[in-house]
Amino acid sequence: MHELSVAESVVEIIQQYVPRTDLNRVRCVRMKIGEFGGVVTDSLTFCFQAITAQTDLSKASLEIEHIPFAVRCQECGQESRPEFGTVVCEHCGALRTTVISGNELQVVDINLDDSLAEAT
Amino acid sequence: MSVVTIQRKVLEKNDEVASVNRRYFAERKMFVINMVSSPGSGKTSILECTLEHLKSGLNIAVIEGDVQTDLDAQRVAKFGVPVAQIVTNGGCHLEAKLVNDALSSLQLSGTQLLVIENVGNLVCPANYDLGEAMKVVVASTTEGDDKPLKYPGMFHKASVLLVNKIDLVPYVNCSPDRLKKNALQINPTLKIFETSCTTKQGIPEWCDWLKSEVVKQLRA
Ligand SMILES: Nc1nc2c(ncn2[C@@H]2O[C@H](COP(=O)(O)OP(=O)(O)OP(=O)(O)O)[C@@H](O)[C@H]2O)c(=O)[nH]1
Ligand SMILES: [Mg+2]
Ligand SMILES: [Zn+2]
Repeated sequence: MHELSVAESVVEIIQQYVPRTDLNRVRCVRMKIGEFGGVVTDSLTFCFQAITAQTDLSKASLEIEHIPFAVRCQECGQESRPEFGTVVCEHCGALRTTVISGNELQVVDINLDDSLAEAT
Repeated sequence: MSVVTIQRKVLEKNDEVASVNRRYFAERKMFVINMVSSPGSGKTSILECTLEHLKSGLNIAVIEGDVQTDLDAQRVAKFGVPVAQIVTNGGCHLEAKLVNDALSSLQLSGTQLLVIENVGNLVCPANYDLGEAMKVVVASTTEGDDKPLKYPGMFHKASVLLVNKIDLVPYVNCSPDRLKKNALQINPTLKIFETSCTTKQGIPEWCDWLKSEVVKQLRA
């Protein structure tokens, strides 16, 4: 259950990039999460909502893009998406592969509601 | 809508503190391992065997991470080595900052090997770099041989796998060979030892290897 501390880190990042007086304008926070990243997205969304409720960020929500696990083979050079739990190249069966995606845990951007910009 | 572009790793702050820790360890030529496993796989037991085996030849210190209690730290303290206990109060993993705080409370002059025992959990600790040289994952035969398939993240990030409770193989439905094969599918470079804390099988091999890694670090 480290989703709570991940959610707290996301809030910290938002606070770092958005001035305090604009926090109530934050709507959609886009994230990239790799399927290999060990984060349960439902749980992350739940934690994020729980810690932002009744704060200036209460209208903010997470939009999560799932990034599939993928490797590049060091033998045949091709990319593949092996079965979860292995890194075996689907083309030649080699074990020597490099993970090229699936470990992401990233905040991509933050969308602000402009209609509130003048009011504050 | 206006957009603030960020493109930042969520755990960047932890990674930064981990780099600070790593520099601290490097300056002191200290070899640091981060022991991870499910609850009860035998991290503390292996640590006890390791201390018994290596204590006279190496200067060792320990950081214990637990959700509650300092029971593991008490077990380790019996060996007369410096030990710090981190209680996470519900937190399911250690973070670099917690380790950094613990460093100041430890007597580390001359320490050559620092062992960090993480909170028993096969998922969350995988995401948090502590600044260690390597992660050592313990999987015991009583958990079954499918653990690497179910928790690939941890096995992928580890450098060493200790297949523990090997003495119990006759009583459990677990094939150590299948366990090792599953682990190698997710991480072909894993260094593997089969261990038992009751019969001490594999403990000398593991300790000799660990000692050689510590010596490598000292010479680096
Ligand atoms: N038969 C057998 N029992 C073992 C072995 N290693 C550990 N145990 C037992 O397994 C239980 C758990 O061992 P610990 O060393 O406390 O496990 P741990 O991983 O430190 O547990 P947590 O810190 O709570 O996650 C204890 O009762 C140990 O005596 C082994 O090699 N063989
Ligand atoms: Mg323990
Ligand atoms: Zn291939």
